Amino acid sequence: MDFLQFILTLDSTLRLSTVLLLACLAGLFSERSGIVDIGLEGKMLISAFVAAAIAYETGSVWMGLAAGMLASLIFAMIHGVASIIYRGDQIISGVALNFLASGLTVVVGDALYRQGGQTPTLAGSARFSEITLPFADALRDVPILGPIYSELISGHKPLVYVAFLAVPLVWWVLFRTRFGLRLRAVGENPSSVDTAGVSVVGMRFKALLITGLLCGIAGAYLSTSQAAGFGKEMTAGRGYIALAALIFAKWRPLHAMGACLLFGLLEAVSNLYPNIDVFGLFTIPVQFTQTLPYILTVIILGGFIGRAMPPNAIGQPYVKER
Amino acid sequence: MNELPRWADVVLVPLINIALAFIVAGLVVLAIGQNPIDMVYFMVKGALGSTSSIGYTLYYTTNFIFTGLAFAVAMNAKLFNIGGEGQAAIGGLGAALVLLAIDWPHWTLALPAAIIGASVFGAGWAAIPAYLQAKRGSHIVITTIMFNFIGAAILGYLLNGLLKKPGQQVPESRSFSEGAHLPNFHEMLQPFGIAFNKSAPANISFFLAIGAAILVWLLIWRSRIGYEIRAFGNSPGATLYAGISSVRVTIIAMLISGALAGMMAINVVMGEQERLIKDFVEGAGFMGIAVSLMGRNHPFGIVLAAFLFGMLNQGGFELMWEMPEISREMVLVIQALIIIFTGALVNMTRDPIEKIFLRLHKKGAA
Repeated sequence: MDFLQFILTLDSTLRLSTVLLLACLAGLFSERSGIVDIGLEGKMLISAFVAAAIAYETGSVWMGLAAGMLASLIFAMIHGVASIIYRGDQIISGVALNFLASGLTVVVGDALYRQGGQTPTLAGSARFSEITLPFADALRDVPILGPIYSELISGHKPLVYVAFLAVPLVWWVLFRTRFGLRLRAVGENPSSVDTAGVSVVGMRFKALLITGLLCGIAGAYLSTSQAAGFGKEMTAGRGYIALAALIFAKWRPLHAMGACLLFGLLEAVSNLYPNIDVFGLFTIPVQFTQTLPYILTVIILGGFIGRAMPPNAIGQPYVKER
Repeated sequence: MNELPRWADVVLVPLINIALAFIVAGLVVLAIGQNPIDMVYFMVKGALGSTSSIGYTLYYTTNFIFTGLAFAVAMNAKLFNIGGEGQAAIGGLGAALVLLAIDWPHWTLALPAAIIGASVFGAGWAAIPAYLQAKRGSHIVITTIMFNFIGAAILGYLLNGLLKKPGQQVPESRSFSEGAHLPNFHEMLQPFGIAFNKSAPANISFFLAIGAAILVWLLIWRSRIGYEIRAFGNSPGATLYAGISSVRVTIIAMLISGALAGMMAINVVMGEQERLIKDFVEGAGFMGIAVSLMGRNHPFGIVLAAFLFGMLNQGGFELMWEMPEISREMVLVIQALIIIFTGALVNMTRDPIEKIFLRLHKKGAA
């Protein structure tokens, strides 16, 4: 593998990690507030569809993005009403919303466009275009650093930069603001937050609001940046990989970036080099590379490498004492 | 705080929730410009209108009974086994390995062997998450989701390599021997002079599923381990003081659950496909969650719910021909709405009904 090929693999890694990272940060807010979110997949899927459909109809990718975020937000709020207000089972609610997204996107998409659930191909202003950072072209011929800057760092869709810039922002919000402190507290010990006079219900809804918006960006990225339109089941389990990354990262934003980059790298490698030949001794099948994120997550969960401790109050509805 | 009479709890609340789910589904149909009444008519006709449709409905019902029971057994121990999908896939692998191993002379020999293969592999696939939950405290929801993906990858790998029928591109195994053919409803009913569609896939596994439902009932409500499972589900602390091992209960409940999920493969792999194909589970594992929820984790309720979901599934296929404007995925929407209303939002209808009954009760007392 030569240097340029290596750079191109990393470039592909960045693009593939973006969806995972946005969804993973989305899940981070929900889970840190004590709400399990199996429904990342469904929220991304509905957003991917709505974003593609609206971008196609209006010709504006920004309208698409906004609509996708709204759709994902509605799903997050249904999850909130079920699990916060009506103390329903959060896993059941998440599973159901995933089903609902799988069904609705195809039913509505097929009724609108008659293409088996696909949206028409997006072109021009209905898609995000690449951003070329300053001097990218001028520096292209500089050895080593030139390709790194102009291929790897420059030339991505805007949402790629949004995702990676969100990481320090999320870290700051979570660990350096009053909101973040309360958010973490509500996931660890909601009654203490309640005693301090902060509304548990309010905090959890705020967390789900952020989850919905971030998942919406992730979904819109899939259909308007990574691909040129919506395809049936296009999230293809990425919501679950993001969930795995969240556990892998032990619910911390900077580690989440690391986990998503690792899982993105595995996806890039399995796309570019399906069957890897190891010194002619044996081949690593593509299924193994694709499954490695799940295997690693199970190992981490089993506590064989470090220990993943979820927020203490996760999954439990909060009932105020009377 | 259970203020509801039993009939209201078991019948009234679920019925209202299902009605709500259908109303919302009807609104979706209206929104895409179609007539919901027509849709229901064609779906019911498509599910029950002929022996062929009944055969398909019962075939799907069989799948859902198995996966529903699988979920329910674990749920009675408050273990959320979301891994039915993977356990069924690996169960199919187990059944297929047994059926491919030798040329079976007759199905009466092949069936018990395949049952052992499917259930042992299904249970084995549930065993690792069960162990991790019991011994290492890893959350079973997450590990079973991960195992769904790992199981699908193993099946995909084997069907693209070792198990692939030579000389073809499709990832599927060679067909099982003639002797492994399970009698279908046509063959079973013919001696009694009842005509049943020849090509409908419903087969003897349906009775296997009913038998499994009865066994699960006996197990959960009439056996010592069943008592332990329920006690552990309701109060892990109390079982600890009663000297019941949480590790033992967790692992046994999950093994039974995985075995039942694996048995679903008997119906599909052995009964219908007669070879191992990729993705044969087709979401039935996940659907088991909905079936079990609707059936309130009780075998009797699960059989009824499985029949409703079987009808929906088959009706949805027929809908493609009668109303091509409505995509087949409408079934998923209806099923999702049923889960939302009967599962996640159950308290939305329960709370007000409870209040009404409380008021009635007070009036009666005064």
